[in-house]
Amino acid sequence: MALALQQLINGLTLGAVYGLIAIGYTMVYGIIGMINFAHGDIYMVSAFIAVTGFTLLAALGVSSVPLALLVVLVVSVLFTSVYGWAVERTAYRPLRGSTRLAPLISAIGMSIFLQNMVQLTQGARVKPIAPVLIGGFDLLTIDDFTVHLAYSQVLIILVTVALMLAFTFVINRTSFGRQQRACEQDRTMTALLGIDVDRTISFTFMLGAMLAAVAGVLVTVYYGVVDFYIGFVVGIKAFTAAVFGGIGSLPGAMLGAILNGLIEAFWVAYLPPEYKDVATFAILILVLMFRPSGLLGRPEVEKV
Amino acid sequence: MMLELRGVHAHYGPIHALRGVDMAVQVGEVVTLIGANGAGKSTLMMSLFGLPRASAGHIIFDGEDITGLPAHAIARRGIALVPEGRRIYPRMTVLENLQMGAALADPLNFEVDLQRMCALFPILGERRHQRGGTLSGGEQQMLAIARALMARPKLLLLDEPSLGLAPLYIRKIFQTLRELNRDHGMTILLVEQNAHHALRVAHRAYVLQHGSIVLAGTGRELLASAEVRAAYLEGGQVR
Repeated sequence: MALALQQLINGLTLGAVYGLIAIGYTMVYGIIGMINFAHGDIYMVSAFIAVTGFTLLAALGVSSVPLALLVVLVVSVLFTSVYGWAVERTAYRPLRGSTRLAPLISAIGMSIFLQNMVQLTQGARVKPIAPVLIGGFDLLTIDDFTVHLAYSQVLIILVTVALMLAFTFVINRTSFGRQQRACEQDRTMTALLGIDVDRTISFTFMLGAMLAAVAGVLVTVYYGVVDFYIGFVVGIKAFTAAVFGGIGSLPGAMLGAILNGLIEAFWVAYLPPEYKDVATFAILILVLMFRPSGLLGRPEVEKV
Repeated sequence: MMLELRGVHAHYGPIHALRGVDMAVQVGEVVTLIGANGAGKSTLMMSLFGLPRASAGHIIFDGEDITGLPAHAIARRGIALVPEGRRIYPRMTVLENLQMGAALADPLNFEVDLQRMCALFPILGERRHQRGGTLSGGEQQMLAIARALMARPKLLLLDEPSLGLAPLYIRKIFQTLRELNRDHGMTILLVEQNAHHALRVAHRAYVLQHGSIVLAGTGRELLASAEVRAAYLEGGQVR
């Protein structure tokens, strides 16, 4: 019982991180119909920016945790959104109007490029940082097992919930969000209404990168280590979450991410942990067999 | 002169769809372009926005050569299109569709314009929170027209607005076009297969055949022309 509660907390934390990244996959898919395989590496870049940021601030003698967090978040979001913009501009936009496969290959290339760039400039070894946020709450103890809720977990869940709310507001209520959805439904028509579709696509990439940046910073705080390869694994998991929930659907991506996090946490607790990734992907396959468009995805057929 | 095409050629994939089109629309005019299926009417409409881009010739709008500008830049100069098949946003509400139409307009005009559209097409006001995809074909066509008007365009283009609609809606739409032109001085370029209605509403008209203008005249002249009658009026659409 206590273990289950603990894994619920851990699973939600993990799911929150996946969710922040999954949004980027699902939005980009929604607007230009491609899977941005470099998105996970954007997240990895932001984690490295966070490591550099925290280390630099510690060296400068900044001891206030909230201040350090805020500065690193802002800096990382800014830099990472530029990465998101640049990836789209250089690797995908020139291929628009080409075959569907071309940008996909380009995305894989971009992913390899980012990984190698970071490996060459930052080294291949795991990079640790001094713990930023230590401690937590001991919630309850049952049979010598204490359920622990770390401050970093509280931070991750709170920040994620706040961002998801803000993000949902932006997409549903602002004119940018409306233009974004319009491009998703009919890009040509949206251009005919005078909207610069290329700019909307750029913003979409930047927005996705910003959310991934926040995930990168939060994970750095949570685990305290990064390496150039984390983008691949987490990226695949987040992508799975997006497909799980129904690629193209924003609530779907959030739901899929939370489920993915929970599946992983509970599997590790009760079943052979080395099979946790097998379990995630097996469940994905099962869901897609019975609901090919994912949990909250739209069926392809539409009334016209 | 509102719009002028000078020797416009355009290719749609491998097809040479427009072969040197010359035509003009004056300020305050309703001009109709008729032609059989595949004559290049829709290509002509879209090529005004550079989709596809004219491979030769010039398109002049309001004194400016707009050939080669991106589609959104052309729309911003004051051309609004009611496209073939309506292309409203099915997963947005009626209100959001209209907001999209007004994306370029002065936000201060939004409420006034919205009221105007609801007066023009009361059904849109009643269904403003309903998704576009749930409207009937005729209602969607009204929404598409209202969306275009929300931008307060100088030139309104309509591509087959009567296609697939019930006679009641067809009458309503042509009546609306006539009123827009008469009461608000809206300049309209209309592409139609439904030549009878379209020629009656038009000041001038062109006949497009295999990507070239083969006949031009006033709406009345073309209605009376034996050639037009044989090809586009009697017995419906004869190829």
